[in-house]
Amino acid sequence: MVKNCMGRELPEQVGFYKVKPYMGPFAGKPGDQPVVSRRKPERSPQGGSKVKTLEEAIVASGLKDGMSISFHHCFREGDMVISQVLTAIRKLGIKNLSFNPSAVVNIKNPSIVDFVKDGTISRISASGIRGELGDAVLAGLMDEPVVLRPHGARPRAIEAGEVSIDVAFIGASAADEYGNATGQIGPNACGSLGYAFIDATSAGKVVIVTDNLVDFPLAPVSISQMYVDHVAVVEKIGDSDKIGAGAARMTKNPRDLLIAERSADLIAASRLFKEGFSFQTGAGAISIAATIYLSERMEERGIKASFALGGMTANIIDMFRKGQVRVLECSQSFDAVAARAIVEDPNILEIDNALYANPFTKGSLLSKLNFGVLAALEVDTDFNVNILTGSSGEMMGGLGGGPDVATDADISIVTLPVVRGRTPSIVKRVFTLCTPGDTIAAVVTEAGIALNPKHRYYAELKEDLEKTNLKLVSIEYLQQLAESMTGVPEPIETTDKVVCIVEYRDGTVIDVIHQIKK
Amino acid sequence: MQLKKPAVVGTLESCDVQITLFPNPGKGVEINLDSIVKVMFEKSILQTVREELEKFQISDAIVQINDKGAFDWVIRARMQAAICRSAEVAFDWKGVS
Repeated sequence: MVKNCMGRELPEQVGFYKVKPYMGPFAGKPGDQPVVSRRKPERSPQGGSKVKTLEEAIVASGLKDGMSISFHHCFREGDMVISQVLTAIRKLGIKNLSFNPSAVVNIKNPSIVDFVKDGTISRISASGIRGELGDAVLAGLMDEPVVLRPHGARPRAIEAGEVSIDVAFIGASAADEYGNATGQIGPNACGSLGYAFIDATSAGKVVIVTDNLVDFPLAPVSISQMYVDHVAVVEKIGDSDKIGAGAARMTKNPRDLLIAERSADLIAASRLFKEGFSFQTGAGAISIAATIYLSERMEERGIKASFALGGMTANIIDMFRKGQVRVLECSQSFDAVAARAIVEDPNILEIDNALYANPFTKGSLLSKLNFGVLAALEVDTDFNVNILTGSSGEMMGGLGGGPDVATDADISIVTLPVVRGRTPSIVKRVFTLCTPGDTIAAVVTEAGIALNPKHRYYAELKEDLEKTNLKLVSIEYLQQLAESMTGVPEPIETTDKVVCIVEYRDGTVIDVIHQIKK
Repeated sequence: MQLKKPAVVGTLESCDVQITLFPNPGKGVEINLDSIVKVMFEKSILQTVREELEKFQISDAIVQINDKGAFDWVIRARMQAAICRSAEVAFDWKGVS
């Protein structure tokens, strides 16, 4: 066993995985070697078509036992690509695959669990494995640990050669016969294909999966034909209702509204809130409400933002249309409005997830971000954040870009209620450490705002907030308040078996998750 | 105190608890707990239920608990209401601050 700098005990080796302990948010350094790609030069096929059935495409890709496959999760819960591809692979009798999607959302009928049980999949890496798969993994489904990486770490790991992808399957809502593809148009448009770019340029073989074959050449193009080997046409790639169920409504929960308004007030009180500032808010209920309050504060003060970043929602598109934000950098589109907006305006950009968050490039957009609003399941008195596991030992979320935003944004704001029902959210020690506390500037709750004395902007932010009537409290106060309401929970019982590795963005291990005793 | 008839209190709303009490003459206390926070608070909830029964000196009861994450004081209040209803006695407000 070794301990990382957060005091978490880690085994040195877990199955195939060799643990490098986390040593601090900026301790990890990029290696000297050139970036790794499995892409080979090929003679461009003369004219013709790359269109095949899904099974033909899988066979033509050369997929064999023990290889590695990837997917994006831009279709979110409406995704029908992953289950169709895995079903076709199972039919071909290919086994023992390493499954490396950007994330697993709650895919049912068939569930990914079935493909693990029948031996089609034997290893998994993703940013999160929410739903049935996550709960089964926590219960000990797999022999090898699941490796969880934040969004920025996935392209980093691929370019470092830590994740190697033999065949990438990229769902697209429109594609042409020569492989040009996009998510911006078509009946099942999902908007930005941000997560898929690294797969297109780095995988050994690339298969576009579409239900909407259009005349050559496609326009607009997200994934270029020069990276694509085959185009598999299927009947349906997704359920458009679930891909982007319209615009998310503003929450009516008064507690969430209060937290949202206070986080907007915190932003507005900061000296960094000035003409040309930048922000990322996200898609949770509190985040969406915070976006709306932020828009009001910007209007009151006559301040405009230079860019908004990350996952886009209809309210940010609204702000853009009102002229409040100059450029939208969309690595993901969370609803139908945001999905369709990219094609409509040249200042709404589809961006590569690596450009968004990869810490080891010559310039990620997060490095230019002023404010990031984040959600969390738990925060502890060291400001450490858990965005994966619930207090009863279930898989409740994914890492997403949380650790990336926290580290790189000037001011990272975690928004959450002090308690959810009888579950305390502010605790003494988070069950799973995902985002290191040093990178969190503020925790905003209904009972007050706790500023982190260890954050690099603490002195400045404290001075700015003390000029307002916002209630400042200590994180210990919030923890005690939560405990006074809920009582002290019994600890979650675990076995010695490590079922998940939680990587920090630089590839070191910030925590592991043990099998939950049932 | 003796329980006289079945009694139901509470709702299945989030943060509430529904408690059903049955007389169980001569057979002791039997508690069936179903809770969304069982992993965290099973012991605490069982202890609270037993304490409330003891306060009313009830030694025989079947207690069915369907908890949707109620705080401890909610569980206590619901238990007291259930006991008074089942035992057909008025709640004694004296001493309640």
